[in-house]
Amino acid sequence: MSVLEVVGDVVAVVLLLLGALLCLTAGIGLVRFPDVLTRMHAGTKPQVLGVLLIMVAGAIRLQGWSATWMLLLVAVFQLLTAPVSAHMISRVAYRRRHVRRDLLLVDELRADDELRDRVYRGDEPADAPPGEPGQTLAERSGENRNPRDERG
Amino acid sequence: MTAEAAAPGRLGHRLRHQLPLLAWLVLVWMLLWGTWSWANLLGGAVIALVVTSLLPLPPVVGGTRLRPGPLLRFVGAFVADLISSGALVAWQTLRPSGIERSAIIRVQTRTDSDLLLTILAESLTLVPGSMVLDLDRERRVLTLHVLHVRGPDDVERQRTSVLAQEERVVRAFGTAADVAALGPPAGEPARGGTS
Repeated sequence: MSVLEVVGDVVAVVLLLLGALLCLTAGIGLVRFPDVLTRMHAGTKPQVLGVLLIMVAGAIRLQGWSATWMLLLVAVFQLLTAPVSAHMISRVAYRRRHVRRDLLLVDELRADDELRDRVYRGDEPADAPPGEPGQTLAERSGENRNPRDERG
Repeated sequence: MTAEAAAPGRLGHRLRHQLPLLAWLVLVWMLLWGTWSWANLLGGAVIALVVTSLLPLPPVVGGTRLRPGPLLRFVGAFVADLISSGALVAWQTLRPSGIERSAIIRVQTRTDSDLLLTILAESLTLVPGSMVLDLDRERRVLTLHVLHVRGPDDVERQRTSVLAQEERVVRAFGTAADVAALGPPAGEPARGGTS
């Protein structure tokens, strides 16, 4: 009808498409990235931004405040919960050694003996990959901070 | 803390500590209904009381101060980071060469407040290529998994960006003591322990 409505529609369409594209890249990232930790990056970041963009587009396009409040809530809970789930999954993945350590540049968590004991203490499952699944680039190139890592 | 929460007769004390949580729950309730009315407000208050008494949480210790200026700076930097992070990770998923190396780094934080560390870890997990793997509460060491590292320079750059984020969080939410704790060790080597 009015020019303002047309502009609003165009902005909403652009935001919707952009958000959908970001959610798509999150899915592609889950397929293409090599291990759990990097996949969590793909799963949390573009997807959160995508959902936020879609929420903004919805707030522009939908009539009435009650829908807007609902979208705001969705956005807030998305921002609050996505990091928590990403953290929990990657923490478990690291403890269970589902990490492509050969793709890491450095692993300072492992370089510290005391911390390694805390993180690994009795937590690996029976079917976990062996304790030394691979070496990080820093360990391979000999700038190893901790000689005790070189057993095996 | 649970013992204190379980002790009878301290309802008033508990109520005061739980007030922010109650207010938040009432707000969520009202946003879910989408309309303002006294019935919604009262219903929300009753539900919030039932929820907090059935599922009690330990109170958040250490108050916060909200400073509007630094809060605005924090939110601005956060949104900018969120957008650049999303774009960068999205591009990495799409480009043919795929993803670069990543790294697991540890950062010695300077703040010693549960709430501030929580905000810091949450915001770090949301922004560019970084994800909190572990938080050593006693030693205040954050362990992060970071994307886009090509060499040791990038690792150091990520470390300083984490510390900058910490400073923004503390300046926006921290008490005066928290902000003071930031001051002197800014030039210190960021990592404790190993050489």
